[in-house]
Amino acid sequence: MSTPPLLRIDALGIDLPVDGEPRTVVHRVDLGIPEGAAVALVGESGSGKSLTARSVLGLLPRGAHVHGEVLFAGESVPRMRPERLRTFRASEVAMVFQDPRAHINPARGIGDFLIEGLTTARGVPAAEASRKVTAILREVGIPDADRRMRQRPHELSGGLLQRVMIAAALAAEPRLLLADEPTTALDVTTQEEVMAIIGEARRARGLAMLFITHDLELAAAVCDRVPVMYAGTTVEELPADRLRGRASHPYTRALLASRPSVSDAGAELRSIPGRPLSGFEVPDGCAFSDRCPHVRDLCRNERPEPGGFVEDGTAACHFPHPLTSEETGSHA
Amino acid sequence: MTTAPLTRTTTGRTKRTRPRDRLTLGAGCVVALFVLLAVFGPLLAPHDPNAVDPVNVYAGPSATHLLGTDDTGRDLLSRLIAGTRASLAAPAVVVVVSTVLGTLLALTAAWSGGWLDRLVSGALDIVFGFPGLIMAVLVAAVFGAGLTAPVVALSIAYLPLITRVVRAAAIKERNLPYVSALQLLGAPTARIWLRHLLPNLLPLVLVQATIGFGYALLDVAAISFLGLGDQPPDPEWGLMVSNGAPSILSGLPQQSLYAGIAILIVVVAFNLLGTGLSRRLLGENA
Amino acid sequence: MLEVRNLRKEFGDFVAVDEVTFSLPAQGSLAIVGESGSGKTTTARMIAGLETPSGGHIAVAGAEPAPGRPRSRARRARGRQIQMVFQDPYSSLDRHQRVGDAVAEAVALHQDLPAVRRRARVAELLDLVGLDDRQARSLPKALSGGQRQRVAIARALAAEPRVLILDEAIAALDVSIQAQILALLARLRTETGTALLFITHDLGAVRYVSEEVLVMQAGRVVEHGPVATVLDDPQAPYTRRLIDSIPKPGWKPRRRGDKGAD
Repeated sequence: MSTPPLLRIDALGIDLPVDGEPRTVVHRVDLGIPEGAAVALVGESGSGKSLTARSVLGLLPRGAHVHGEVLFAGESVPRMRPERLRTFRASEVAMVFQDPRAHINPARGIGDFLIEGLTTARGVPAAEASRKVTAILREVGIPDADRRMRQRPHELSGGLLQRVMIAAALAAEPRLLLADEPTTALDVTTQEEVMAIIGEARRARGLAMLFITHDLELAAAVCDRVPVMYAGTTVEELPADRLRGRASHPYTRALLASRPSVSDAGAELRSIPGRPLSGFEVPDGCAFSDRCPHVRDLCRNERPEPGGFVEDGTAACHFPHPLTSEETGSHA
Repeated sequence: MTTAPLTRTTTGRTKRTRPRDRLTLGAGCVVALFVLLAVFGPLLAPHDPNAVDPVNVYAGPSATHLLGTDDTGRDLLSRLIAGTRASLAAPAVVVVVSTVLGTLLALTAAWSGGWLDRLVSGALDIVFGFPGLIMAVLVAAVFGAGLTAPVVALSIAYLPLITRVVRAAAIKERNLPYVSALQLLGAPTARIWLRHLLPNLLPLVLVQATIGFGYALLDVAAISFLGLGDQPPDPEWGLMVSNGAPSILSGLPQQSLYAGIAILIVVVAFNLLGTGLSRRLLGENA
Repeated sequence: MLEVRNLRKEFGDFVAVDEVTFSLPAQGSLAIVGESGSGKTTTARMIAGLETPSGGHIAVAGAEPAPGRPRSRARRARGRQIQMVFQDPYSSLDRHQRVGDAVAEAVALHQDLPAVRRRARVAELLDLVGLDDRQARSLPKALSGGQRQRVAIARALAAEPRVLILDEAIAALDVSIQAQILALLARLRTETGTALLFITHDLGAVRYVSEEVLVMQAGRVVEHGPVATVLDDPQAPYTRRLIDSIPKPGWKPRRRGDKGAD
């Protein structure tokens, strides 16, 4: 806890115009990523996890208004001037998206895509850039780099293209990797390959990662800490290995219980009633109050603040770690 | 012209009208005004459009003749107003015929796919290769003056404009799973067409027809200008431009000028309305 | 109920589905699991009649469908045997049709009911999938993905099919919503007696809807058996690989034989 984190997000809030009117879509996000660590931001649709990731890059849509603070190595990202923001994006953070096809120019070759980033943004000589890119492609499991670099995006499968995106991100030698659902569109077997590749590359470089996903199990497996977002708020934040068993927010627990499991034969699938809300739809009280099985009056009237309930974790809940009926009995 | 995705449709009321919406609204008002003139024009014209007045030739604007008179002393304003119907009717027929036929052709091709689709597309490519105006002029030359032959020729020439765009959208629409679901339920093909495909394609058809109207009006006016359409003394804008042409050199451009401005206003209004509708009905990137 | 024998589909030189054979008993539930390119969706579309097989036999309740494009009476009769729910909840409903009307249209195609009884039947179907009156009057865009998928299920059930095919019907939904739909499917089976053919890439979901599972890879069936047996003691290396690559507590991603050469 002595070294300051590489990335620190403090009470981040984002207002966006929805149907022409400013609405709060992200209410409160708090998280920190130490140098070299991996943090998974988990949430369903509308939770604001992708917007949070974009705010780290200073890439918010037009008309967005940011409260709170996003600090990268102590420097405020929302306050960066355009010039600084450009060098920041070119050399300190890199992003991998869910749909690589939308982010690679379909008319140009893979090689151009990879080398261009190095030669134009970082001024690396072409020959050296080419050597470097070839080495990184080999590292991400593309051995026949020369052939691949001459190909066009449509000639590559989704899994291969995602490796190309990862190679492009690594080539920029960033300190932080932002991965926004990088495996959601891929098959499970390909997902495992891609996650393994990201893991190896991170360990080799001491690279920190903010991993955006809807998959709690995947998040827990590849990251050190897991903040869970619901309707624009980080409702819980805890170490990945404490997710099972130690999660104290009803939403986190419900999310864990609603995921079908291959291995657990006897497990009963418990579904959360209702649908995930977007940040701008939340009622006055706790955002999860209308779906929570343990809701009480206080939850409907007052929004809970994040607090430390579990060892080394926080939850934004009035009644965290819902007690079983016996426990309530002994309490009363 | 791209095949606009039909996913975003009329989302209805926006709270504030943006400048672009106001422009579209203005264009719509201009179009409506000219349509009214086309219907009621002969009743509204202050003078008999064909009444010759040898004493008052080339008169300037005055209280009795707001826009002055032409080379035979006919009231220009009355001729413009009375000519609206003739000038708008022919392109309207062209657009209606090509839109109805084109949409049917597009749906048939998109629905059946295979050789029929290839045949329709191939035929359209050939038609598209012919410049419509030249085709209309040739037809008029063969069948003699009068608007019937050129209107038929233009209707065919305008088929690809509508059919290609609607076909591409119809193929997309036809491949959406809701159409498969209806087929699996055993819905008759006619029902799928009339209740589902056509209503969903209608905004696109409307936009294409609106934009096509502007082009058709120009083409019909050009045919009349060449003396192959409506014949004197009928008041028709293209004809008026050509009638007034000789006197332009004498420094008396008003007849050609006013008729030309009328054509310009209608064409621009239809184009603005078309692009505006396309933005409203088909989404921002249309 | 459903008999599929040596089913085959070729697209040019490419064999998408290769000698697939299985049967689905009345009120049973069979899952077909595979990754992209496994041929699972093509198999489903052939069974539904949306794709013409290159070879093999499909029989529903003992009868094979007539070849060629069926007339609409024959299509309706087939509709009472097989219905399908598609993956994309956004485009599987007509965006200009109120969802209640979509269900009513399906009811009208299959039951000649007076208006009052038809409305009652629509309300009953919507209630079965957990939608209320207000949602029935909405356009699809006003509903969430999960709600739209419920509408699609209600619409399919309007034909009272003997077999309901679900083609990746939960793949596009949020995790918490997936569980709701899985629970709904389990309930529908007991309440309507419809047999389910559950097409998915998600082995985890299979346990909650099916008794039997078919694992497909590159157009072929690599494993076929009761769900518990296949999931707990997979025989085919590919099935094992699929199970191993699903994240679970204690799981670490590993590179296994590079597919980088495809």
